[in-house]
Amino acid sequence: MHPLADKYLRQAALPLIFCPGCGDGTVLNIFLRAVEEMDIFPDLALVGGIGCSGWLPTYLRADVLHVLHGRAIPFATGLKLTDPRRKVVVFTGDGDCVGIGGNHFIHGARRNIDLTVIMMNNGIYGMTGGQVAPTTPLHGRTQTSPYGNIEFPFDVGDLARAAGATYVARWTTAHPKQLLRAIKEGIEHAGFSFIEVLSQCPTQAGRYMEGTSDPGELLTLFKKRAISVERARSTAAQDLRGRIIVGKIHHLTEKKEFSKTLYESFPAEAADNQDHP
Amino acid sequence: MVQTLVIHGNEACVRGAMAAGCRFFAGYPITPATEITELMARMLPQVRGVFLQMEDEIASICAALGAAWGGAKACTATSGPGFTLKQEGIGWAAETDTPIVVIDVMRGGPSTGQPTSSSQQDVMQAKYGSHGDYEIIALTPSSVQEAFDLTVKAFNLAEIYRNPVMVLSDEIVGHTREKIRIPEQVEVVRRKKPESSIKDYIPYRPTSQGFLDGMPTFNQGYGILVDGQLHDEWGIRAGHKPDVSAGLVERICRKITGHARELLDVEEYRLDDAEVAVIAYGSPARPSLRATKEARHTGVKAGCLKMRILWPFPETAIDQLCQRVKKIIVPEMNMGKIYREVERVARGRAEVISMPKLGGEMHTPQEIFEKIK
Repeated sequence: MHPLADKYLRQAALPLIFCPGCGDGTVLNIFLRAVEEMDIFPDLALVGGIGCSGWLPTYLRADVLHVLHGRAIPFATGLKLTDPRRKVVVFTGDGDCVGIGGNHFIHGARRNIDLTVIMMNNGIYGMTGGQVAPTTPLHGRTQTSPYGNIEFPFDVGDLARAAGATYVARWTTAHPKQLLRAIKEGIEHAGFSFIEVLSQCPTQAGRYMEGTSDPGELLTLFKKRAISVERARSTAAQDLRGRIIVGKIHHLTEKKEFSKTLYESFPAEAADNQDHP
Repeated sequence: MVQTLVIHGNEACVRGAMAAGCRFFAGYPITPATEITELMARMLPQVRGVFLQMEDEIASICAALGAAWGGAKACTATSGPGFTLKQEGIGWAAETDTPIVVIDVMRGGPSTGQPTSSSQQDVMQAKYGSHGDYEIIALTPSSVQEAFDLTVKAFNLAEIYRNPVMVLSDEIVGHTREKIRIPEQVEVVRRKKPESSIKDYIPYRPTSQGFLDGMPTFNQGYGILVDGQLHDEWGIRAGHKPDVSAGLVERICRKITGHARELLDVEEYRLDDAEVAVIAYGSPARPSLRATKEARHTGVKAGCLKMRILWPFPETAIDQLCQRVKKIIVPEMNMGKIYREVERVARGRAEVISMPKLGGEMHTPQEIFEKIK
């Protein structure tokens, strides 16, 4: 077993639920590296939503809430506010985060509460068998868009930024080093950090939308399509069609973090509640 | 020093929650429960407690559940439509042995119904609102004093049973102002910490009583997995294991039904020699008691059984009553939901009469008296 797996994984919960070749395994691997390098394991409080990606934290020996579909951010909000020293990381998928959970997502970002939200985006509802998601590309064929998706997808990074998130980054599973850096920056950033990871789904999205269930080919596609946020700025809009803009999209340090604001807002004469419950 | 106040039932719920150690509240304004949210916003910061107005009812209960594992005694409050939205969180709490108090100040329904009028139409939603098999505890205050006392009790029961506990108040209790007495100190059940060492701690292994070995707070080293999926004793998913998953569902149900005797909370008035009994809960319990007294004045042997805990249903107490009385009257501000429960227990031994009342108004003592005689 990998030494990091030995150190951090809940052995009894193995094997992983992910399909062979799933990008979420890469995200788990990189997250463990970030935890190791930052030496933050005792401070972690992890929350997973529903879907393949929501399972990710359940394999760690940390304190974990595996919650309801779409509701990871409000659970994480309560958890964070009872002790702002916690490093609360939310693992979610595109359907969980901006489909059913869209409202919670924008309000979490609006509050600028110090959560690190890692959203694995495979452009499809993977665990339920490949249905259309709010991130499925236009014309994408899924089990519930058999004639091609007629809806426009979200740009979730733009959504996060517009809603008030203060750290926004996007990478793919073909960018492990960059993703590691982003996760570390996101956890260090005091505010709502949103890290989108384009994650290959060979079983559903690959097979039905990309025409291949070979994870290697899917990673090659990520590399081919990726364009840095810096280069994208000087690229004409029509040339960005079908491209994945990667990099640190937004980083704002001036805006105050919510749990700090809340704790500072307590009246000076307020009795200390350390003794409860 | 005992504090004597003239306040409404919603304020009494807030004061009860504060006295019981509530230090986290997340809510969303809804009539007729709004004053609970507003008063929590005022009072919690005074004790360094967290108040949050969330984006919706679902987020409110989920934040409270997160806070419960973060170490706080947590609460949310709502009315009918919001109570419906909270149901998935209530199921999650039941499934994960999470203590939470949900106050539902009932208004008329269905749908958005009658926001400013009272009802008792959510009593079945309280018990059966979420999907799957699970059990809850529900308390039904009939006065402002009881709104205080039973909210304190709700927090204590949530800690003892590690379960969602409902305070089923109603608009009449919520908005009636009357005198209450608040003792300087109330009995408060503190959260039980695990007895085992971190190394030996098994989060979901029940004792012979069906309880668990204490509830750790996150980030104290226990590394606990709290999973809404059916799980084994370590919290690891076991939906694919029929025995393990069935065992969990049985345990969470029996944790409540198996302690029905301890959870019995009824008040009896002159039932010893009664031939007619009124069984009531919440607001209608008050005209019921009055009607019983009137009936006694006219020589009718009438008595009253008031339920302060509606779920688990006080079957044994009602069963014993059915052996003695000829007639049972069940006044309710709904179409007769608890009437059916009483009839189920009576099994034809006593005549059970439903007294439904809709529209938002409570039964008058006269109306109940007419049925008694």
